[in-house]
Amino acid sequence: MEQILFYILATVTVIATLFAITEKHPVHAIIYLVTSFFALAVIFFLLAAPLIAVFEVIIYAGAVMVLFMFVIMMLDLGNPEDAQRPSLLHCLPALLLSGIIFTSLMLLVSSRPAALPGDSHVVSVADFAITLFGKYGVAIEIISMQLLFAIVGVLYLGRRRKK
Amino acid sequence: MIVPLMHLLIFASILFALGLICVLVWRANVIMLLIGIEIMLNSAMLVFVAGSSYWSMADGQVFALMIIAMTSAEVSLALAMVVYLHRRKKTVNVDEFRELRD
Repeated sequence: MEQILFYILATVTVIATLFAITEKHPVHAIIYLVTSFFALAVIFFLLAAPLIAVFEVIIYAGAVMVLFMFVIMMLDLGNPEDAQRPSLLHCLPALLLSGIIFTSLMLLVSSRPAALPGDSHVVSVADFAITLFGKYGVAIEIISMQLLFAIVGVLYLGRRRKK
Repeated sequence: MIVPLMHLLIFASILFALGLICVLVWRANVIMLLIGIEIMLNSAMLVFVAGSSYWSMADGQVFALMIIAMTSAEVSLALAMVVYLHRRKKTVNVDEFRELRD
């Protein structure tokens, strides 16, 4: 049951991401991306990481994508006729690098047998919190400082300058 | 662990390749470029959570949370920069953006 659900959700994620990156209209691309993030959040839930699934929905699909939408609408970028399609010359490095990724993936799949499943002990939310605030307490401080620096940078860039 | 780790890695690399294509192809639109970076960070998060589920350790989920925090900081700064540069140059083409000063 869960396996079938995982494969369905993985297909939904890949197709929604494919639509998002080929869409000319930025608002439609954001909506497709939100679909992809919701499917990915359910995949995280299936992988026994409920907190990450919740944060994915709240922060990614909720906050970050709304921020994108806000900037697109504020700058009036939602006119698809303004955006020109990238030329074939721009697609060449992308095709080359994705070809390298897929070739290495095929080599990885063909050279190694299927991975053995690990032990079935599930990481609980209590384990997650103990690891987060015990082992990685310093990292939490650094992340909070990084967010503070981001606030300072955004305030500096966003202020109105006198002419 | 509901599916083999290899299937999760294949899925994450497909997502990563899609994000990379988005970043490299949409150089004319900085919003689509940031969306590509989001997709790539999401695939990295998927690998972390899959490893956390495979080895039954909470560290992977902790690093996924840190990626979320880092992404929110990065996106807010990048979008503030986009607003600032759009106010001056009236375009979102990355090739036009070379300097920040007035």
